[in-house]
Order: sequence, then structure tokens, then C-alpha cells
Amino acid sequence: MMGLDIWMRENPLVYVWIGSYAVTLVIFLVEIATVVHKRKVTLQQVRLLRDAGDEN
Amino acid sequence: MAINWFKYSSPTTFYGLAGKMIPWFAVSAAILFAIGLYIGFVVAPVDAQQGEFYRIIFIHVPASMMSMFLYMVMAAYAALGLVFNTRLSGMMASALAPTGALFTLISLWTGALWGKPMWGTWWMWDARMTSELILLFLYLGFIALHASIDDSRRADRAAALLAIVGSVNVPIIYFSVKWWNTLHQGATIKFTGTSMQIAMQQAMFTMLLACWLYSIAVVLARVRSIILSRERNTVWINELPEVKQ
Repeated sequence: MMGLDIWMRENPLVYVWIGSYAVTLVIFLVEIATVVHKRKVTLQQVRLLRDAGDEN
Repeated sequence: MAINWFKYSSPTTFYGLAGKMIPWFAVSAAILFAIGLYIGFVVAPVDAQQGEFYRIIFIHVPASMMSMFLYMVMAAYAALGLVFNTRLSGMMASALAPTGALFTLISLWTGALWGKPMWGTWWMWDARMTSELILLFLYLGFIALHASIDDSRRADRAAALLAIVGSVNVPIIYFSVKWWNTLHQGATIKFTGTSMQIAMQQAMFTMLLACWLYSIAVVLARVRSIILSRERNTVWINELPEVKQ
């Protein structure tokens, strides 16, 4: 822990960038990927359901 | 010319409108994030007391504001759904919850990161931090409760009650620094003005606007999937070009 304390005081901008902005970016990217994936899956399900309906 | 706003409370109309709006909000958010980060890291000066560490403010404060604001919007949609029994309200509330929860997580995470160099600790059971943590649990509770009920309309109603009751926590978060002696500092930006340096203000408000536009884009994209899923047995969904492909 002392090592981290010393490191963050010597590299404040790196600490701020990696710790908060990079983490936030990763969270946003994961959220966007989840939303895009969900849309693809839902569209597939709707198409399958429509195709199943057409066959009947 | 009068606009019939009720027209947009129908999933049929809203689905197409949301699809047209998403790219505009997403691109604007990306541009504003870039501008906000530039002002925040290049233009804004170093803080006299906190040095470079204060730059966490440009994401911490917008994320905290968004976490509270999105909860109130979610609770408002939930209440609308209960009062008017509109289908879209429940869908919007469920689309808002994950984004709100993520902003709450970002707020807590960046707060801890800021707390360590400034206060010497990652976490304290301080009124502001504890009430923000409760907000995260409320979001997670809303998502879990909604997911645990198979009938989506019943799930909307049950989760709406939780959202409305939980909204009491938002003013508690906001006023916690006034009502109790907290380690967390008081509000820097008040309705009466602010003592912040102008470039710091510009960076923070640009980032806040970027977070706002990002939230709108992502929530609209999520609600379109929810509409697709819930209305999958209707004729209009089967006639959509993306479904016909």
C-alpha cells in the first residue's frame, strides 16, 4: 500500500487517467457492446419467430 | 403547429423516432467527450491545493449527477406507467436502470480514487458515500426484481413501486452534505453560482453534457431492443425492414 501511495504521488496524471478515465471508457465500451449484442440477439429471435409462424 | 406528444408514447412511433435520433446523440456525445477531456487536461490549470488529482472531478461530478438524474427520470417513467398504464413507460424505466447503475458505479469508483490521495482512504461510511451506495443497490434491486417476474407488464408494475419508493434517496444524497457533518465536501456548484475557475467549469459542463447525450443514445438503443422483444408478435414488428432481411 505504501508503494501505491508513493507511486500515485509521483505519477498523479497517470493515476487519474488509468484509474478513472480508462476505467470509465471500458465501462462505456462494455455497455455499448452489450446493447449492440442484445439487439442482434433480439432481431434473430424475432426473425426465427416470424419464420416459424410462416411455416405454420 | 401543435405537436401531438401522445403519439410518441406509442412503441410503434417511438421505435422509428429513436432509431433516427441515436446516431445524432452518439456522435455529439463523442465530440463533446473529446472537447471536455481536452479542456479538462490541457486548458484547465492545476489546482492549488489538490494538484493534478482534482482532474477526476471532470468525470466524477458528471457521473454522480447522472446517477441521480437518471434515477429520477426512471422513477418518473415508472410513475407514468402506473398512472396511465402506457406500455412505453415501463420499457423506458427498464432501459434506464442499467445505465443509471453504471453511472453510480463510476461515481463510487472515481470517488474512491479521489478519496485516497485527498483523504488518505478509499472509503468512509460517510452520509454522501453511503447514500450513493444505497442508490446503486436500488438500481440493482430494480433490475433484479424486473428480471425475476416473467410477465413483463407485471414486472413493470412491481419494479415501478420500488423505483418510486427509492426516489426518496435522491434528495437524501443531494442534501446529505448539508444535513450531516460529512467528510465529503459540500456542493461547489450551487444555484447561486460557483467559485470554480472558468476553464474547470467549461470542462465539467462539457463532460456533463457528453454524459447526458451518451445516456440518451444508449438508453434509446436499449429501449429499441426491449420494444422488439415485447412486441415481437405484432404485425408492425414483422414488417420492419431489419426484421424482413
